[in-house]
Amino acid sequence: MAAPAPPALPDLTRVTRVDEVGVTERAARFQARSVKKASKVAALRTVLSMIDLTTLEGQDTPGKVRQLCRKALHLHDALPGLPHVAAVCVYPTMVAVARRALAGTDVKVASVATAFPAGMSPLEVKLADTRRAVEAGADEVDMVISRGEFLRGEYGYVFDEIAAVKEVCGAAHLKVILETGELGSLDRVRQASVLAMHAGADFIKTSTGKIQPAATMPVVLVMLQAILDHYRETGRRVGMKPAGGISNAKLAIHYLVMLHETLGPPWMTPGLFRFGASSLANDVLMQLQKEATGRYQSPDYFSRD
Amino acid sequence: MARSDTRTRSDTPTRRAPANPLAFQEGWSYAPAPESTDHVAVRERYGLFIGGDFTDPAQGGAFQTLNPATGRPLATVAEASEEDVARAVAAARKAFKGPWGRMKPRERAKYVYRIGRMLQERAREFAVLESLDGGKPIRESRDVDVPLAAAHFFYYAGWADKLEYAFPGRTPRPLGVAAQVIPWNFPLLMAAWKLAPALACGNTVVLKPAETTPLTALRLAELIRDADLPPGVVNVLPGAGATGAALVRHPGVDKVAFTGSTAVGRGIMKALAGTPKRYTLELGGKAANVVFEDAALDQAVEGIVNGIFFNQGHVCCAGSRLLVQEGVADEVVEKLKRRMDTLIVGDPLDKNTDIGAINSAAQLETIERYLRIGREEGAEVYQSGQPLPGEGYWCRPTLFSGVSQSDRVVQEEIFGPVLAIQTFRTPDEALEKANNTPYGLSGGVWTDKGAKVFRMTRGIRAGVVWANTFNKFDPTAPFGGYKESGMGREGGLHGLAPYLTLEG
Amino acid sequence: MAAARIPVSKTYKLFIGGQFPRTESGRFLPLHDGQGRLLANVCRASRKDFRNAVVAARKAFPGWASASAYLRGQILYRIAEMLESRRDGFVEELTLQGAARRAARSEVETSIDRLIHYAGWSDKYTQVFSTVNPVSSPHFNFSIPEPTGVVALIAPPDTGLLGLVSNLAPALVGGNTVVALASERAPLSAVSLAEVIHASDVPAGVVNLLTGRAEELAGHFASHMDVNALVHCGDDALSAGLQTAAAENLKRLVLRTGRDWSGDDAQDPYLILDTQEIKTTWHPVGG
Repeated sequence: MAAPAPPALPDLTRVTRVDEVGVTERAARFQARSVKKASKVAALRTVLSMIDLTTLEGQDTPGKVRQLCRKALHLHDALPGLPHVAAVCVYPTMVAVARRALAGTDVKVASVATAFPAGMSPLEVKLADTRRAVEAGADEVDMVISRGEFLRGEYGYVFDEIAAVKEVCGAAHLKVILETGELGSLDRVRQASVLAMHAGADFIKTSTGKIQPAATMPVVLVMLQAILDHYRETGRRVGMKPAGGISNAKLAIHYLVMLHETLGPPWMTPGLFRFGASSLANDVLMQLQKEATGRYQSPDYFSRD
Repeated sequence: MARSDTRTRSDTPTRRAPANPLAFQEGWSYAPAPESTDHVAVRERYGLFIGGDFTDPAQGGAFQTLNPATGRPLATVAEASEEDVARAVAAARKAFKGPWGRMKPRERAKYVYRIGRMLQERAREFAVLESLDGGKPIRESRDVDVPLAAAHFFYYAGWADKLEYAFPGRTPRPLGVAAQVIPWNFPLLMAAWKLAPALACGNTVVLKPAETTPLTALRLAELIRDADLPPGVVNVLPGAGATGAALVRHPGVDKVAFTGSTAVGRGIMKALAGTPKRYTLELGGKAANVVFEDAALDQAVEGIVNGIFFNQGHVCCAGSRLLVQEGVADEVVEKLKRRMDTLIVGDPLDKNTDIGAINSAAQLETIERYLRIGREEGAEVYQSGQPLPGEGYWCRPTLFSGVSQSDRVVQEEIFGPVLAIQTFRTPDEALEKANNTPYGLSGGVWTDKGAKVFRMTRGIRAGVVWANTFNKFDPTAPFGGYKESGMGREGGLHGLAPYLTLEG
Repeated sequence: MAAARIPVSKTYKLFIGGQFPRTESGRFLPLHDGQGRLLANVCRASRKDFRNAVVAARKAFPGWASASAYLRGQILYRIAEMLESRRDGFVEELTLQGAARRAARSEVETSIDRLIHYAGWSDKYTQVFSTVNPVSSPHFNFSIPEPTGVVALIAPPDTGLLGLVSNLAPALVGGNTVVALASERAPLSAVSLAEVIHASDVPAGVVNLLTGRAEELAGHFASHMDVNALVHCGDDALSAGLQTAAAENLKRLVLRTGRDWSGDDAQDPYLILDTQEIKTTWHPVGG
């Protein structure tokens, strides 16, 4: 048996073009869907199970991370039978803390790496950053691409960088953050998605959360369509993680509608779709509580973290 | 019984969607989300709107209008006879010679604005009624038909006192009494397209809505009465073909505006021969939607879907012929089928419905006749596999591939959710195929290359060409056909001319 | 004493596809002057001649429609120049066909000026009649006039040259190709105009001129399925029948019967607009 061919840089000039107005119109159509009753409850529960509960602050401490992990496991015990979130996402220095707090559970530990969020460090620093996160117990690594290199056309550099990080990741899942808010056009988003998937990304992710705009429905739609085409070409299912800006349940449900009508049921799982969010969970919980009681809710009744 | 028969026929003979690992039907689905109807009262009987009041028809004729999603009657509607036509035309003439004709244009404008405003206030009511009576999804009547109708009144209202700026070197004057005959596919919107410019230009109107969809025009008549327009400025006469024929032939009519089939339009042009009546005709189409391999394919697929499945394909400017460049044909068709499988066919009043009911049993029969013809012509048929409701008139989104330019399903207007797919190799071939039709209403082109956009949009012989988009409408944008798709324009500055004389 | 020179008389033929054929039917119409002297045996065109002319006009249409506005203006101007250079001949010919000399002179001069008028519109009428439409969605949207296609023209009967020029020029400058039927009463000027057109860089088939009987040919003008518009300046009694026949392919019917073409008010860009279609183009504005 021949060894599998090493990943090769695709010709980005051949990547399907994107029309921004058309994408925006289509994205708006998902928002016209009305999701009610049982389908709403199912959607809300699915959203919870897809959340990467995130804290990425300079002021993060082990105490803060431990609280977050506790929340990840006990979203709202007053509502029995809730799923737990998919993962807790932290800086590399906090991985070990999270790992200990989540030991023996199914909640994954995700770590940003590669000189997050700007990524403006030499490759060896990024690889060391990644290695450290993995060694500390990260199940998942959220890396950033070198946007400057990408924008000046150094696609090979970006491709090799992703491939190198992927290698260091080993068994850990690699999410590649495109930081779409810095890419300037949807054509660039699509090209970067294709590049990242070919370089070995297990997930592609919109944003660090540190740059505006972060995730938007049109941007995510373009990435989902790229994922679908990648699946058609290679048979490999790449996951999607919108991050930043998805702070309410209604919007999250619209993302789920978009996922459902673009990639379909096989992607409707935490294994292939995540929400990177810090405040989404509580809004979803309030909605679930409202569906259960018929009363509109107050945030005072739900723990912050 | 007949209904369930027709439904079964459209069900059986095609290759169903393959067992798709990504099939939409599996797993999570949307719960019913019906639009509330409790604020919309449908009356049992509707009269004729003549001279500012609802009256009974002279000869007592009436017909039923059905809800095509159930096949059950919604209301009994008076049918106007020749005698009623004469009464309405006389009322319109009186208003033209009287208050409306004497009114200052800026005052006239305020009435037209008022109609637009009141339509906005009652938007949801009109949307629900439109979907009930015509079968179109509430998402479309709510988001497209009604807002656009209101926008038309707003746009044209503003022209009323500015007409001399639209026609340099001329002094425009109104024509008099306009006879307007509108179709069933956009009942309220077509009423707005016709009424707004006619009124803004100072004419009075006798409007005949289609016999399967009279309710929103009659509700609009109520609104116009509430808006306090002088009696006789707008008259609404429900009825079928005979009513329309009597109206366009009436000697008191100065102008005829018709939207409908090419066959009827041709008949009207003949009927008006030898009279001084002016006429504008918006007729059929068989538009080509041309997709090049350098197009933004995912958006092109959306455009194809919007082009043919919008309003169940009951659209004269529908992109009913897909011309796709050979290099991307398989990919486009695969994406298209996938997208078709996500379309929800069903209750027009459900907010999630993408494709509603076929407007009438007669239209469903026409569509199904073409489905048979397509199969007989050897086309490969694909229909998405959604379940259809048990009663009413329905047709699944349908593709015909492997068809030729000489096939009837490529040449003739089907007016349903049926797309014929052909391939091409070069831009010249695409243009030749696109223009090889007696129609010329609309066309579409999808390419990322700017120069090619303009070559194609210039080359397509049609009145509306959408580049990298499809089925977009706006009150400021003129709409109308080349060749057998009609004559004259509606919308925009050019839409004023049909309602004015520029002589002397 | 030298013998008197015998003048060479001209054969008046049809003008189809840039050629001057006789009618395929072999028929002719004798045309006499006021004294009853034979002026010419004019071709009496048949419906087949008309059919051939439509084929030529259709073939010429794409090229003429896509010629630059500047070029179309130059060519119309060139027709005017050539007409000017042959002014006396046209005056003479009109006089022979019964016009008073002064009226003939005025008709020729007005015809020349009319061509100049429309030549000047070539690159302006689209500016006057186009709009950029401020649609509510993120699209760039504009509407422009485009030529209707092949235009059949039944020229005004009472003037041999001016009526024809007044109706030919607006159709032509707008990018249409034309098949015209000359005035039956004074057909010679039309044939001579064809010779001028032939010498004026007008591409073959863009203008086609027939002589013959309106009563015989008008119905075919109206019913031909490959004619896009009919401009009727002839007998108004024909109008109803023409509209009925024109309806068969939704032909645009422009009725200009009984009009006086001599004044300055007989020319304006709205006559160009009569044989134009408005095309609206949409394109997204985005990235």
